[in-house]
Amino acid sequence: MLDSFLVRAALAGLGVALAAAPLGCFVVWRRMAYFGEATAHASILGVALALSFNMSVFAGVLVVALIMATTVSTLSGRGYAMDTLLGVMAHSAIAFGLVAVSFLDGMRIDLMAYLFGDILAVGRVDLAVIWGGALLVLALVGWRWQQLLISTVSPDLAQAGGIDPKREQLILTIALAVVVAVAIKVVGVLLIAALLIIPAAAARPLAQTPERMAAIAATIGAISALGGLQLAYQFDTPTGPTIVSLAAGLFALTSLFSLGRG
Amino acid sequence: MNALVTFKDVNLSYGGHKVLDEVNISIAAGEIVTIVGPNGSGKSSLLRALIGALKPVSGQITRASGLRVGYVPQKLHIDPTLPMTVTRFLSLPVKITDMEASEALAQAGVPDLGPRQMSNLSGGQFQRVLLARALLHKPQLLLLDEATQGLDQPGSAAFYRHIEKVRDQLNCAVLMISHELHVVMSASDRVICLNGHVCCEGKPDVVASAPEYRALFGTGTGGALALYRHDHDHAHGDGCDHDHSSEAAK
Repeated sequence: MLDSFLVRAALAGLGVALAAAPLGCFVVWRRMAYFGEATAHASILGVALALSFNMSVFAGVLVVALIMATTVSTLSGRGYAMDTLLGVMAHSAIAFGLVAVSFLDGMRIDLMAYLFGDILAVGRVDLAVIWGGALLVLALVGWRWQQLLISTVSPDLAQAGGIDPKREQLILTIALAVVVAVAIKVVGVLLIAALLIIPAAAARPLAQTPERMAAIAATIGAISALGGLQLAYQFDTPTGPTIVSLAAGLFALTSLFSLGRG
Repeated sequence: MNALVTFKDVNLSYGGHKVLDEVNISIAAGEIVTIVGPNGSGKSSLLRALIGALKPVSGQITRASGLRVGYVPQKLHIDPTLPMTVTRFLSLPVKITDMEASEALAQAGVPDLGPRQMSNLSGGQFQRVLLARALLHKPQLLLLDEATQGLDQPGSAAFYRHIEKVRDQLNCAVLMISHELHVVMSASDRVICLNGHVCCEGKPDVVASAPEYRALFGTGTGGALALYRHDHDHAHGDGCDHDHSSEAAK
């Protein structure tokens, strides 16, 4: 079954969509959208480093994404507004990454594949890495769900209940880095943040509780991944952007629904 | 004395500023203690140090082992992007049954709020839900940080009457922060006047007349603020305050 590149692509898209959905909800609730983007952009630097040191791209991206995410967490609230800080970090990271890639002579890198993903080239090993990462993230977020929620509602309420909100923030940061690392092959650096945020945002008008929102976001993410793949195959369009376009279309639909409901 | 919480020579800095200076405070089981002081006097920092959100630079904060704390924060903004019914909110971080949730809401005097979204509640409803949540697990110490903020006068009077009732039922200690002296006087066993350090401490009527308290609100205004408070007290004396003083006297 895994012999077909289309089946592998579908499974890869599904894995990333499922892991990104609950995490994307936290990104939306905690207003970390730009944070996700900065982490994702930094991963192009990870790609360059991985290739120059002959490491696996997954490991390189994971390390750089982790460093980026913890740096931003640590620097926030120290003199710069968060959006300024992230604006500096996100764009510098992608610039440094692109410069670093240009030093890699003798090696031909298909930059587009990392910027926009290449889901149709997902191999068996990639698939194992993607699902391993996705299951890890789902387990992590599921295990800490209550603690993550109360820390999101109010760090002080969490603290009064004996929960360390900084620890929960760190868990989210790690989960985010893992999702970025596994998603790079599927949608690429530029569109990872979209896969986190758009399904969650699309789910918001349909949900009454946090759990519902995560479940609906996962459904919307899965529909986008599978439907986007199908559409891309049919119309011969780039797969990553097609997936994100479909998610955006679903977002428009649910927004209209909430407008219509008043 | 069997203290629930003891602050011993606590010094605390926040954002490079010294906010608590050699603070010594102790809260005994079952008593209502009110902390008053101007903005920036370190009242909220003191509560946040008590729950462990801020670490003192020096000194010791000792909590009785296994102390159950119920905390009602000063303000809580729930982002509208986060869907959260009142019932779901009560189940954070410890899961409770829907039955327990509706009982808690009924006790807080807001029985119909369960299915409502947190972000759609009025200020008064929100405070009652926060209080209901803080009381869920039978706290030994209830912390209220300017819980009457945004409530009108009858609203805050009713809220404080409710707190007294809660204390009598659960026999928990209450540590509350207020900048309204007249409410303090009527409801609390002890008032601590804080401005970085403990200015004075005593029974409510003592604090109102102590020179330190007047000085705190500035001699520049000729004690106008203290006088205003005093007047305020009388104006209110016909209604709610009267009830309070008679209750306190019992």
